[in-house]
Amino acid sequence: MSVSDPQAGFAQAITRPRHRPFILRNPSVGVFLICLALFTLGVTVLSEDYGLGLISTSFVKTLGKTLCLCLVAIAMDLVWGYCGILSLGHFAFFGLGGYMIGMWLMYARTELIVAASMAEAPIPPTPAEITDAIGSQIFGVVGASDFPVVWMFADSFVLQMLLILAVPGLLALIFGWLAFRSRVTGVYLSILTQAMTLALSLYLFQNDSGLRGNNGLSGLQNLPGVQAPQSLVSIWFLWGSALALALGYLLVAWVVSGKFGSVIRGIRDDEARVRFLGYSVEGYKLFVFTLTAVIAGIAGALYYPQAGIINPAEIAPIASIYLAVWVAIGGRGRIYGAVIGAAFVSLVSTWFTGGQAPSVDLGFYRIDWVDWWLVVLGLAFVLVTLFAPKGIGGLVDLLTWRRHPDRHGADLGPDQGSLREEEAET
Amino acid sequence: MSTLLEVSGVSVSFDGFKAINNLSFRIGPAELRAIIGPNGAGKTTFMDIVTGKTRPDEGRVIWGERSVSLLRMSESRIAQEGIGRKFQRPTVFEDQSVHDNLLMALKKPRGPFAVLFYRPESPDEARVEELAAEIGLEAALPRKAGELSHGQKQWLEIGMLLAQEPKLLLVDEPAAGMTLSEREHTTDILRRAAETRAVVVVEHDMEFVRRLDCKVTVLHEGSVLAEGTLDHVTQNRQVIDVYLGR
Ligand SMILES: Nc1ncnc2c1ncn2[C@@H]1O[C@H](COP(=O)(O)OP(=O)(O)O)[C@@H](O)[C@H]1O
Ligand SMILES: [Mg+2]
Repeated sequence: MSVSDPQAGFAQAITRPRHRPFILRNPSVGVFLICLALFTLGVTVLSEDYGLGLISTSFVKTLGKTLCLCLVAIAMDLVWGYCGILSLGHFAFFGLGGYMIGMWLMYARTELIVAASMAEAPIPPTPAEITDAIGSQIFGVVGASDFPVVWMFADSFVLQMLLILAVPGLLALIFGWLAFRSRVTGVYLSILTQAMTLALSLYLFQNDSGLRGNNGLSGLQNLPGVQAPQSLVSIWFLWGSALALALGYLLVAWVVSGKFGSVIRGIRDDEARVRFLGYSVEGYKLFVFTLTAVIAGIAGALYYPQAGIINPAEIAPIASIYLAVWVAIGGRGRIYGAVIGAAFVSLVSTWFTGGQAPSVDLGFYRIDWVDWWLVVLGLAFVLVTLFAPKGIGGLVDLLTWRRHPDRHGADLGPDQGSLREEEAET
Repeated sequence: MSTLLEVSGVSVSFDGFKAINNLSFRIGPAELRAIIGPNGAGKTTFMDIVTGKTRPDEGRVIWGERSVSLLRMSESRIAQEGIGRKFQRPTVFEDQSVHDNLLMALKKPRGPFAVLFYRPESPDEARVEELAAEIGLEAALPRKAGELSHGQKQWLEIGMLLAQEPKLLLVDEPAAGMTLSEREHTTDILRRAAETRAVVVVEHDMEFVRRLDCKVTVLHEGSVLAEGTLDHVTQNRQVIDVYLGR
C-alpha cells in the first residue's frame, strides 16, 4: 500500500504504448471473420450454379437462413449476455423485419404480373386500375381488395427498406421506454416481452390486420424483375446474410469493447451501483434494447426471402424462447458463443425435426425424434444452465488455456487479515 | 458557515417502523464528519435518502449553492450533482479489471452516446494510474476486481469515489474488515479527500473515529442524539446510555 509519487504514475502513462488497434485487442473478431469468409467461399464453391454442385439449393438456403439466425442471436447476446436484460421478445422484431421486406417483395412482384396481364388489354389501364388489381391479387385471400394504411409505403423500395429499421426500432423504443422507466426488471420484464410478442402475433393472425392474417406473406423467394433461377438467388442471399453477420459482429464487438461495454456489464452485474456512479441505467438499457431490435429486424429481413414465406406463427412467443436457449447453450456474454449456439442448435434442430434423424427402437417404445427433439433440447438447456453456464463457448477457454478467474463468493484472497465475504456483510 | 447539504425534518418509515425520525443534519463544503450510532440507528438509511435510493415520507433535502431539492432527482442525477457513495459492503464490478472499474467512475460525460464514442486519452489513463497509486493498487490495475482482498475492494471503491470527483462523499463503514495498517491508510485517504470536499463517514469503530479527528454526530433510533467533538459526545449521558454503555 505504498503511496507512490503521482508524477511517476504520470510518466508511466506517457510511455505506455497507445491503444492497440481494435482488431488486435479482440482477436476473436478476426478469427470469426476469417471463418465466416472461408465458410461463405466454401459454400459458393460447392453450390450448384457457381461451383461443383455438391450442395443443393435448398441446403444453401438453410445455411443462409442459419447465418441470419446467428445475427439475431448476436443481438440477443448483446441485450441479455452483456446487458442482462432477458428479453423474450426479440423474435417479434425479427418477424417484423421479415414482414417489412415481404410487403415490398409481394407488392413489386404482383405489380409486374398485373402490369404484364393488363398490357394486353385494348385500352391501357389507369394507375388506379392497376392499384386495384394489385390489391385484389394480394388481399383476395382475406376477402378484401383495398390497401390498408400499413401498406402505404410498399410501392417505394427505399421507404419500405427504411421501415425494416424503423418499425422494430420504434416498437422497441416505445416498449422499452415504458418498461425501463417504471424499472421493470428480471422475470417481470421477460414476461412483459413475452406478452408483447404474443399480442403482436395474435394481432397479425386477424384477417383485418392488413397483413393477410394467418396466410402471411408468401412467394418472397421471387425477387421482382429478376429472372435468375433460385440456385443463383440463394447464393446471393447467402452472401448478403454473411455480410450482414460480419457487420453485425463487428458492430456488437465494438459496442462491448470500450467503456460502453464496461457500463452495460456493470448494469448486468449490479444495476444500482451503476446508478450511483451517475449513469442513467434506463437510458443505456433503452439504447441497447432498441439497437438489438434493429439488428433483429435486419436479420429477419434477410431470413424470410430465403424462407419464402412469413406468417404470424413465426412470431409465436416460443420462437423468442428458443433464441434465449441458443444463446445460453452457445455461451452468453461472448459474441462467438451466440453464433455457435444459434448455428449448432438450429442446424441440429432442422435435422431432427426434418425427419432425417433415424428413430430409435427400444423394443417397447419407438423414439421419434420429430416428437422427442424438443425434450432433448429442453434437457440440454437445463443441463447447460446447471453444469456449464459458459456454454459451448466455454470450451474455447479450455483450448486457449486462458484463465478466467471468477471468484464470486469464493475466498477473498490470501492477504493477511482479509475477511470472508460473509463476515464483511455485517 | 455556508452549507453544502442540509437535511431537515426528514422521516421515513418501513411498514410502520420509523427508521428515520425527524432527522436534521447539515454539512459544509469542506468538512469531515463522522456519524456513529448503534446498529439499526438509521445510518445507512440516511445515506439512502441523500443519494435518492429511498424517498422520505416528509422533510427536505437541500443541496448546494443553488439550494436545489434532491428529493425529485433520480439516483444517477444526484450522483452527477456531485454526491458519491461508498456502500457498506464493498460493491465493485468483480468481473472487470481494476482499471476498468476506475475508468468507469472517472468524471466524464455519462450519456450513452458520449460513452459509446469515448476512447480513453492519455490524461485519463494517467489519472487512473494516479488514483490507483493513491489507493495502493497500481500493481493490480489489470487484475479483475473479484480477485482482490476484502480490504483492497474497499479501497478500490474509495478510489472509484475519488475518481467521480464528488463535492460530497458518503462513506459507509469503510474500515470494516480491514487490518490495523489498512485502517490507517484509509484514514489518511479520507482526511486528504476532506481537504477539498465534504466527507461523511459512518463508522462503528471508536478508534477509527478518533483517528479521523473531526466533528461527530451520534444517531440513535433515527434522529440525532448529540453532535460535537468525540470527547464532547462521549461524555453525553444519553450517548453513554444508548451506545457506549452497552
Ligand atoms: N428497506 C427496508 N425495509 C425495511 N426496513 C428497513 C429497510 N432499510 C432499513 N430498514 C430498517 O431500518 C433500520 C435502520 O437501518 P440502517 O439504516 O441500515 O441502520 P444502520 O446502518 O445504522 O445499522 C433498521 O431497523 C432496519 O431494519
Ligand atoms: Mg448500516
